[in-house]
Amino acid sequence: MHLVYFTEQPMSAYSADAGREFGATALMFSNRHFDPVAGSRLYGQYIEQYLYAEEMGIEGFMLNEHHNAPFCMQAKCNIFAAILAAMTKRASLVLLGNPLPLAENPVRLAEELAMIDMISKGRLVSGFVRGGGQEQLATGVNPAFNRERFEEAHDLIVKAWTTPGPFRWEGTHYQHRVVNPWAVPLQKPHPRIWIPGVLSRETIVWSAKQRYPYIALNTSIEATKRIWATYDAAAAEVGYVPGPENRGYLQRVHVAETEEKAIQNARQFMWMQGEFTGLAHPVWSSPSGYFSPEQRRGFVEFAVGRATSPRGRPTFEQQLADMQIIAGTPKTVIPKLKRVLEETRPGIMAIWGNDGAVSDADARTCIRLLGQEVMPALREIGRSLDLKSPFEANAPLSIAHAAPRRETAAVS
Amino acid sequence: MTEERDGEERDDGGLDGDPDRRGGGWHVAQAGAGRPLLVLHRDIGSPAQLPFYDALAERFALLIPHHPGYGRSERPPWLRSVRDVAVIYQALLAELGVTGHALLGLGFGGWIAAEMATMAPRDLRHLVLVGAMGVKPPQGDILDQALLSYIDYVRAGFHDAHAFERIFGSVTTDQLVEWDVCREMSFRIAWKPYMYSQTLPHLLGAVRAPTLVVWGGDDEVVPRSAGERYRDLLPEARFELVPSCGHHVEMERPDALLALLDAFLGRD
Repeated sequence: MHLVYFTEQPMSAYSADAGREFGATALMFSNRHFDPVAGSRLYGQYIEQYLYAEEMGIEGFMLNEHHNAPFCMQAKCNIFAAILAAMTKRASLVLLGNPLPLAENPVRLAEELAMIDMISKGRLVSGFVRGGGQEQLATGVNPAFNRERFEEAHDLIVKAWTTPGPFRWEGTHYQHRVVNPWAVPLQKPHPRIWIPGVLSRETIVWSAKQRYPYIALNTSIEATKRIWATYDAAAAEVGYVPGPENRGYLQRVHVAETEEKAIQNARQFMWMQGEFTGLAHPVWSSPSGYFSPEQRRGFVEFAVGRATSPRGRPTFEQQLADMQIIAGTPKTVIPKLKRVLEETRPGIMAIWGNDGAVSDADARTCIRLLGQEVMPALREIGRSLDLKSPFEANAPLSIAHAAPRRETAAVS
Repeated sequence: MTEERDGEERDDGGLDGDPDRRGGGWHVAQAGAGRPLLVLHRDIGSPAQLPFYDALAERFALLIPHHPGYGRSERPPWLRSVRDVAVIYQALLAELGVTGHALLGLGFGGWIAAEMATMAPRDLRHLVLVGAMGVKPPQGDILDQALLSYIDYVRAGFHDAHAFERIFGSVTTDQLVEWDVCREMSFRIAWKPYMYSQTLPHLLGAVRAPTLVVWGGDDEVVPRSAGERYRDLLPEARFELVPSCGHHVEMERPDALLALLDAFLGRD
């Protein structure tokens, strides 16, 4: 099992009341609430926490990006990946990921990612996402072509990584006279690609058909099993049987020295009013054309406020009861996580440890307990359940390419 | 509307697919007799029935196509611009053998009408633009539906909230779905720049048809300055304001608009 640590890197130094009063914490929620002095302090704190995490034995970091919102300070995940590529030594850098449709020049992304792969000596896992609905609006990218752009940008990046240039690209959404980046990945034929998601069936099917691992983002155990069923059916169509190496799972887990402290800090997972990507504005989060036409009836009701979010907004207590959030001491969280692993059987496990306004000291305690007690126990459980990561299974990179080689085997 | 000409199923595989050579195939509602009047509907589609349409059908041979990808017309996956729509309608008029026609463009449909007027200047008898999108307003911006709910966007087009209730009542899920389909198509062809063309102003000087530019006095969707710009750029245009009226003039003040049309187009 490959275990990685995740935090959204929250911009916690703003008044939550301001977001509540405005009624949304994304897109049009004014950036006058962003304090760059606090931002500078928090960036420094987060970098120190990653370095500490590696010291505590954590074997990988999941990074992401979001736009126009306080819940995530990373406006560009490649920037943090580049920093950590140089400052860390062993940890995998799992980007989940770069929002491809938002890119006007995917070749630039291919270059940036190749640089990160070389600087990190082959520790990059390059996940790709579609970007949230409101992020299409934040970046002015047409939501109606989101999926087309995702797939075409992916094809262009993989080709830029695997086909010696120069070549010409005449696509539907991207045209390039000359593709010939003088930065190519260290891992051959290219870094692993993992795809995270929550509810889009098309993304699950696409990932399965590419043979890319799919990372279910804190979905309920039942929903996760439905995702695997969808994935497995699509995999069967292209002729392989998926295993744990094709499955990843993100789980919110806060650990502390006492149960009380853990529960108190875990409440911070609710700091964005219970939705982990913040208080969504129904219209901005579901622009026309962004969602599958099959979901149109549900989303139009949601967009005018007649239906609740299709993602749901359960209470903290309910999320603890459903193990959507797990909190406690290592002793109490490990059995719960064992059950999650038994039920969802992932080869890749991301632990979302800290969110909101958890103090630096408490975040570091959580990281230490994860790295030294929880993750080693999970690794053992993973072994007993035969939950092999793509690295351990030496799984094929994709339907098109065999397993990658790297000059320096840095990822365990 | 009594006579319907339905769209055909079409699947040409997207922008890079093989072009469909059949042509035509759009849903066109037709009614009345006399001089042909092509009515180009809004970005929110067109209600099936409107008192305004009934009144027009008493005066004209009325043609109300559903824009490609809107209402009951199939979406051509390759369509990328409002100018593409204008070309499609020029072909539709040729296919139907329509000559000596007038164009009435409502809001977004006004943009299509203005594009058409620049393409075949000698064919067009009269051009009427009502709260037309298509040019960048010198003052203010065109209201961006991407940031508003379907209902709020349509409501913003009325000066009097009762007029919205009268036309749309309690909005059904089917209506919301229809608005979403329309909105998606508007995004596909008018996303950026949003709802205007940067080149159309440079082409409007070619229009030969006399033009009536009508604006609701309280249009909150397209700033009046856009209408004044149309008036200034079109060679033979006059500008009329309908007071106490929002963007949806034909729905909110149909009598006022009909009076202006009668004065401009004359009655047979």
